[in-house]
Amino acid sequence: MLSTINLSSRIVLGQLYALWLREVKVFLREKSRLVASTFTPLLWLFVIGSGLGSTNLQIGTDYEKFIFPGIICMSVIFTSVFFGSYIIWDRKFDFLKSVMVAPSSRTTVFVGKTLGGMTTSLFQVAIILVVGIALGVNYDAITLLQILSIVLILSFCLTSLGLTFGSYIESLEGFQLIVSFVVFPLFFLSGALFPIDNLPAWLKTITLFDPATYSVDALRNSIFHLGTYSFEYDLALLLLFTLIITLVGIFSFRRMKAV
Amino acid sequence: MIVVKNLVKKYADFKALDGLSFEVNENEIFGLLGPNGAGKTTLIHILATLLKPTEGGAVVNGFDVLHNAIKVRQSIGVVFQAPSSDDILTGYENLKVHALLYGIPRKIREKRISEVLQLVGLEDRKDDQVKKYSGGMRRRLEIARGLLHHPKVFFLDEPTLGLDPKSRESMWKYIKKIVREEKVTIILTTHYMEEADMLCDRIGFITNGKIIALDSPSKLKQEIGGDIVKITFSGKVHPGKDFTKFDFVHRVERKENSVIIYMEEVNSNLHMLIKDLDGVQTIEYSKPTLNDVFLKLSGDSLSGDSPEGGFMQRYAQYDKS
Repeated sequence: MLSTINLSSRIVLGQLYALWLREVKVFLREKSRLVASTFTPLLWLFVIGSGLGSTNLQIGTDYEKFIFPGIICMSVIFTSVFFGSYIIWDRKFDFLKSVMVAPSSRTTVFVGKTLGGMTTSLFQVAIILVVGIALGVNYDAITLLQILSIVLILSFCLTSLGLTFGSYIESLEGFQLIVSFVVFPLFFLSGALFPIDNLPAWLKTITLFDPATYSVDALRNSIFHLGTYSFEYDLALLLLFTLIITLVGIFSFRRMKAV
Repeated sequence: MIVVKNLVKKYADFKALDGLSFEVNENEIFGLLGPNGAGKTTLIHILATLLKPTEGGAVVNGFDVLHNAIKVRQSIGVVFQAPSSDDILTGYENLKVHALLYGIPRKIREKRISEVLQLVGLEDRKDDQVKKYSGGMRRRLEIARGLLHHPKVFFLDEPTLGLDPKSRESMWKYIKKIVREEKVTIILTTHYMEEADMLCDRIGFITNGKIIALDSPSKLKQEIGGDIVKITFSGKVHPGKDFTKFDFVHRVERKENSVIIYMEEVNSNLHMLIKDLDGVQTIEYSKPTLNDVFLKLSGDSLSGDSPEGGFMQRYAQYDKS
């Protein structure tokens, strides 16, 4: 459907800015969404963190601190995948149609969406990082930079994943499928809540295919020097997954039916 | 301005469009009229490059919808049936987002946004969130949005669907104003007959994916021939009475308590028609409306749930406007 597009970079940048601006404004004004998506990770951090932490696990640090990087990633997983799959709503309520009849390419719309997803993730993570200070976590400039990079890449990756699934699903009920079969497995298999070193072989193998695994590990490396793999290895694998998912995502998005 | 050739759109076994061909001239208001599910929206979606036709093709503003989609999109503005503005954003923000999507340069952006806001009378509400707008205001905002980039062709898919009569009338006013001030070609779909009659230069009747008639409203109404008289009886219609024996009667429709007679020159012929008639309760007379044209063409009621009510109410409504 799309013909070759020769729009100047000024126009494409303007389009990206427009799509991003819309998402950020919506995010900031939807107070209930903001509160809910901030509250859930904190609930996990404090309730699961202190609850399981009180059972004397052999993990080399406070359980609450141990899962702190995992909760950061959890926040990114939920925010980003939901954000991407919101495309199902957009399609139902015609906003997307009005974007699709504008002279922009599908790839631009896709990237604009992921930029929006990254920004909302950043907001959430900022809040959790502040809470982390209260828990006694210290970050220096390099750690913050590393956290920022991992969060942004993971968010880009998972917003793309959400958009990919969202572009194939036409009913709103399909959203529940994404929650059950994408969001929760990504979270549980990432090692956010437990160390992945001593897992049974089958389970450990599955965690290798979860991009969030490397993000959790990278953050654990960065914040507590407690990783299973090295930070560089984590970063490389995360980038690899991101590249693959983005390519699949753009392909899916381009063949998606507009109406 | 638009050339549609042999357009076919199939969904599995169902043909939404079945070999449509027509042309739309520059600066006219072209109405696509037909019942729900006739294929009007599918046609708009194809012309707006959102759907691919199964067969055939179309050219909009000189650009092929299949091979030059971006050029087509730069040439068109669309107001969809369902609301498509973001209701969390303000009216102004919606317009700004779209101005950016269309690459309108910053220098003229603000000026153009206030121009279109003024055109649809929303300047004083531009900083309110769209969720606080009424249905009519929302539709007007979308009209403003569609006009931002000076499109050559403007698609309006059921622009007055779900609006109350007052908002509908003001919507008609705005549509006429747009044609005058923005010099666009308008393609409008509707299933309100009086709306099409009121606004359109030409009308294409579309049903089951086919155009069954295409002409100006006045020519279409001429074709039906003459005037319409409806005689209602206090009891049942006498079955023996033969109205067709008169030369001036074209056609008769019998209902249980009434007859509808399509005839010439009511003024001079009515007395002959009602001579010797017993039990006449009322006699109503009207010029044919587009709905009558449609009924004659399709031999089928427009839509069972037509909100305009019966034959004469529809006439009355039409007459007022």
